[in-house]
Amino acid sequence: MHYAPAPLHIPDGFLNLVISLIFWVLTILAVALAISKTGQALGEKQIPLMGIMAAFVFAAQMLNFPVAGGTSGHFLGGALTAIVLGPWAGILVMTAVIAVQALLFQDGGLLVMGANIFDMGVLTAMIGFGLYRLVSASNSRTLKLAVAGVAAWLSTVAAAFLTAIQLGLSGTSSLSIVLPAMLGVHLIIGIGEGLITVAALAFIMQTRPDLMQADRVAERGGRGWIVVGVIVSLVAVLLSPLASADPDGLERVAEDLGFLQAGLDAPYQILPDYTIPFLGETPLSTIVAGIVGVLVVLGLMVVVGSALKKKPA
Amino acid sequence: MHANAFDRYYAAESLLHRLDPRVKVVVTVAFILSNALLPDGAWAAFGLAWILLLVANAASQLGVDFTFRRSFIALPFMLVAVSAVFTPLGQPLMEWTVWGIRLTLTDAGIIRFGSILLRTWLSVQAGILLVAVTPFPDLIHAFEHLRVPAVLTTIVAFLYRYLFVLTDEVLRLLRAREARSAVVEGQKSGRTLFWRAQIAGHMAGQLFLRSYERSDRIYNAMLARGYTGQMRTLRAHTMRARDWLILFSVLLALALIQLTGRIG
Repeated sequence: MHYAPAPLHIPDGFLNLVISLIFWVLTILAVALAISKTGQALGEKQIPLMGIMAAFVFAAQMLNFPVAGGTSGHFLGGALTAIVLGPWAGILVMTAVIAVQALLFQDGGLLVMGANIFDMGVLTAMIGFGLYRLVSASNSRTLKLAVAGVAAWLSTVAAAFLTAIQLGLSGTSSLSIVLPAMLGVHLIIGIGEGLITVAALAFIMQTRPDLMQADRVAERGGRGWIVVGVIVSLVAVLLSPLASADPDGLERVAEDLGFLQAGLDAPYQILPDYTIPFLGETPLSTIVAGIVGVLVVLGLMVVVGSALKKKPA
Repeated sequence: MHANAFDRYYAAESLLHRLDPRVKVVVTVAFILSNALLPDGAWAAFGLAWILLLVANAASQLGVDFTFRRSFIALPFMLVAVSAVFTPLGQPLMEWTVWGIRLTLTDAGIIRFGSILLRTWLSVQAGILLVAVTPFPDLIHAFEHLRVPAVLTTIVAFLYRYLFVLTDEVLRLLRAREARSAVVEGQKSGRTLFWRAQIAGHMAGQLFLRSYERSDRIYNAMLARGYTGQMRTLRAHTMRARDWLILFSVLLALALIQLTGRIG
């Protein structure tokens, strides 16, 4: 079966261990929260639904439309899923999709999966649902659709932006090259995503208006998502032009913080037992390693705890 | 479409096929982790890792070059890593100015790029081998044993089981669009870009609702057959002496590779 890899999936080897672990921790926390939230909300019926919707996202990525000169626009589906199913279910659906893409199709790595899930699942849910929630109670269908379109476009761009930053901080790519390249490509890919999301949402509102009623949307995610969505969107909107205008500045910051050196040295700091006599350790990398260690343990405990709690005897 | 259309499993009777899926998952993750931990330019250690991979290939009876022939999928992303050669650290070798951006080729950059290439190549092959010698349901089961929350593994199991059904649905939608899209030789077809995107969007919405409603029917059917929220499996995984032996020898080999990378 033909399967076309999407351009955003980072493979193993591209991110250094510190960055990979930081994003694994963030992702594990988000997924653990999502598991407990969806468990409270709907129970066992939710699971087959999320499974089929994950298959939907996978299958929908085959939908394309001709753009020009033999290229075609593809549909990623993260924002639409978060808007229609809610942010928590959206995160779980995208986690499953990205896990299968990595495991079965080697599209995206295992060690960097945390970063991939965060970029394409968590960030998309924050921006997609957060912005939509801002207007979900509005009576104007046009306003809701317009915001959904902008949110879908912005979530694509923000994912590309964060991916570029991760690659830059890992010392894999020079930010002055990868940042404008990633942003440029995804500014355009995002337009296709926005258009398809608007049309799909309009279709769903027309055919199954019950799914998109204001109180049902509010049930799926509280007002806190508006705050998160607006803040994350603002950061993305304000930071990306700033960063692409002066990528060298950002690189300088990364270098000063010791990230680039950590990227080049392989993270010995993570393994305190390995004391390497001929390699100096910067205090900052030690601190980062310590914080990461604590967070990893904390995240694992949350996940294991919720998994044990969930499991019926 | 056949139910196994997306399967990457190659049936055979080999040491690797019979190995406990948990061991295979742990060893694969450890192998990828080991690659990430190796410092840049540890060529000898990367070479040893590749040899380990070839041994695993041979043990799978699928052919020594089995994973290599399938490993080119990750290469498009290599374009992104090419810019690693311009890292600001290390000795500058050459310099260009393209569109006002100063590009400095450094020796550390070239070593970095080569190392990233090798790490990715090795890791992708490990992943390919894992799914080639393990049936996907067994893989999901192994993750469940490794304490991945049951909610996630169950969602993944559903995704895997219904992917081909929904893909069939997409193919039907695409065929329907094709059937209604006449093209006249030499004339522009398909109206504006906006219109085309809208059609694709309506198809996505249609697919969404069909999937949503199908999940309702599936749930009811499962409930009728005694679903309690827990997936069941016929194959209980048990660790045998051979599984432990292979687990520890591979981990030992990885430790030796790390040592080589550090000293060399």
